[in-house]
Amino acid sequence: MYRIVRRKDLNKTVTQMEVEAPLVANKAKSGQFIILRVDEDGERIPLTIAGTNRDDGTVKIIFQIVGATTEKLNLKREGDFLQDFVGPLGTATHLDGLKKVCVVGGGVGCAIAMPVAEALHDMGADVTSIIGFRNKDLVILEDEFKACSDRLIIMTDDGSYKRQGNVTVPLKEMLSGGEKFDMIITIGPLIMMKFVVETARPFGTPVTVSMNPIMIDGTGMCGGCRLTLNRNGEKVTEFACVDGPDFNGYEIDFDEAMSRGRMYFDFERRAHERVCNLLKGVK
Amino acid sequence: MAINPKKHEMPTQPPLERAKNFREVALGYSREIAVKEAQRCLNCKNKPCVEGCPVNIRIPEFIARVKEEDFEGAYDIISTTSSLPAVCGRVCPQETQCESKCTLGIKFEPVGIGRLERFVADYHNEHSNKIPQKAEYNGHRVAIVGSGPSGLTCAGDLAKKGYKVTVYEALHTAGGVLVYGIPEFRLPKSIVKKEVETLKALGVDVETNVVIGKTLTVDELFEMGFEAVFIGSGAGLPNFMNIPGEALKGVYSANEFLTRSNLMKAYLDEPDTPIMKGGKVAVVGGGNVAMDAARTALRLGAEKVYIVYRRSMEELPARKEEVEHAEEEGIEFKILCNPVEIIGYKNEQDPRDSKNGFVTGIKCIKMELGEPDEKGRRKPVPVEGSEFSLDVDVVIMAIGTSPNPLIKNTTSGLEVNRRGGIIVDEGGLTSRENVYAGGDAVTGAATVISAMGAGKIAAKSIDEFLKNK
Repeated sequence: MYRIVRRKDLNKTVTQMEVEAPLVANKAKSGQFIILRVDEDGERIPLTIAGTNRDDGTVKIIFQIVGATTEKLNLKREGDFLQDFVGPLGTATHLDGLKKVCVVGGGVGCAIAMPVAEALHDMGADVTSIIGFRNKDLVILEDEFKACSDRLIIMTDDGSYKRQGNVTVPLKEMLSGGEKFDMIITIGPLIMMKFVVETARPFGTPVTVSMNPIMIDGTGMCGGCRLTLNRNGEKVTEFACVDGPDFNGYEIDFDEAMSRGRMYFDFERRAHERVCNLLKGVK
Repeated sequence: MAINPKKHEMPTQPPLERAKNFREVALGYSREIAVKEAQRCLNCKNKPCVEGCPVNIRIPEFIARVKEEDFEGAYDIISTTSSLPAVCGRVCPQETQCESKCTLGIKFEPVGIGRLERFVADYHNEHSNKIPQKAEYNGHRVAIVGSGPSGLTCAGDLAKKGYKVTVYEALHTAGGVLVYGIPEFRLPKSIVKKEVETLKALGVDVETNVVIGKTLTVDELFEMGFEAVFIGSGAGLPNFMNIPGEALKGVYSANEFLTRSNLMKAYLDEPDTPIMKGGKVAVVGGGNVAMDAARTALRLGAEKVYIVYRRSMEELPARKEEVEHAEEEGIEFKILCNPVEIIGYKNEQDPRDSKNGFVTGIKCIKMELGEPDEKGRRKPVPVEGSEFSLDVDVVIMAIGTSPNPLIKNTTSGLEVNRRGGIIVDEGGLTSRENVYAGGDAVTGAATVISAMGAGKIAAKSIDEFLKNK
């Protein structure tokens, strides 16, 4: 069992937890993920590591309530225990040699984009962060991004905070204005990452995307997280859990990944409703 | 007394009833039947059956005890060489091992050795409260990677000799393929749990949620004070056919489908982990895993299940008993055909149609058997122009697995062969000092008992090495 040492609500639907898992904390690098189960018979869900504290052996996770399992996870308080917590899985984000980078985060994806920006900043790279949210209430980690970015641009879909529009708007302006990045690293909803890739394509800037498909074991055993990559004109299948979660954005078949992500849409909606109904009884 | 020429039948749940539940198919011998079956053993002098067993169970000796109704005595004999008797009695391919060598089998049906082993183990589990004796600690620590059949066997043998053993398991439950792969109706999970508990009582530590190669490396295990490491990490990586449509929703690897149902309990009425239930299902492949996947799909409520296999019934690599059970339950064998494409739903007018991207069928081509290949199996060749389609909602690829490269990639000096299997000598020693390996991680997908045999050999080598250190 794994104890929740600290917990913080970042906004109404996004929660941060620091979980005692010293072996994972010792090894974790930015870009890697963990898999957890809330309770016995629970589902295994992957969450990208949002930071570690090696002094007290904790691993930080940030999640959005999107379904039954995250709803149950969100009920856990400080001092409560999680059934299982395993990692660090996947390969770390390759940051070596990067001098000027644009980090593009969307929604809860910013939770994972932030430690990447931080790592780049600590390496001495010039960091531009563009982070986008649906509205003002959903903005998270603004101060943290400020601390590690040379330039921070915040976008909201409805214009209720800072600039209105998608994250691709300022990105396109910069690229069109002749700005050069060694790499764009983007983490967020698939549709956003797809458009970041499309925005960068005419300029030939390399794009790293972070994929988060459905998976079970996280060690390459089930193949459920497979992605089709178009590599030099050939179709290649890779597993996000062991070959990723980071991929070259230009190789990803986003439409297929989005379709596969909705495989259990009906099931998940029903399961979420069931948990919510149970909770109504409790509250 | 004349010898009964036939093995005593194994009582089973009726096919149409069992096809709707996950309870065990074979119900096991009663005491009376077990004694009668034991009486068929000739107790011949040269005991060829023992040679046929990868862990050399002293078969005629344990059967003699069954004859005398000394079932605990029989169990003690089995457990000197096998640490998982209740498992082996159920999933071993006895027909190609011990029973294939049985002297009685020359003229009649061989003795039902597997069924007797199962009876003895079940009798013990039901009646005995004996707590296994912990051996005195000999001062040596050994780490085992993976809690499948090879790892559990190696751990058990070493613990009995006084070694302090820690087993590391990547998943949240110990048992490896016995838990995630083999379904409940063939191997109840309570039996695996019981075997793991027995090992714990012997002093073995089982650490779940530790991925060796990620959470800890083999080198770190040595730094932690382990003097030898056994790698039994299995052949976990699923193979796909690389045909169009394999990324459609409804296409599973057998590993994923079985793991969802077995380990994650997706067979429950309101599971936390989803699985596609019902509809029509095609399972591609002809091994035991294909049979398991097909019969699991049936129990999850499929209205029709096909096995698609490119050779003929004679070449099916699955155990005969499993094939027979599958046929009795109503699974249809589409033999001599091979998938060329998986077809999906696509509404050109409405890209938001929720059915888009789901499997609707599988296109196959008929095959005929040509010249034998290097292994002597006749090679299937496609019959030109014979393509046809089956309407299905789910396709399960059960065409084999490869060893997982996680450990190889993080352990310098560990040599593997062309197919990714770890290279070992006859004692199980790898190219790395003090690192041993066995089971599917070495051989690629094989049987539970051969993995146990490898775990046993490695335990012996580790003991010899550490004892003389």
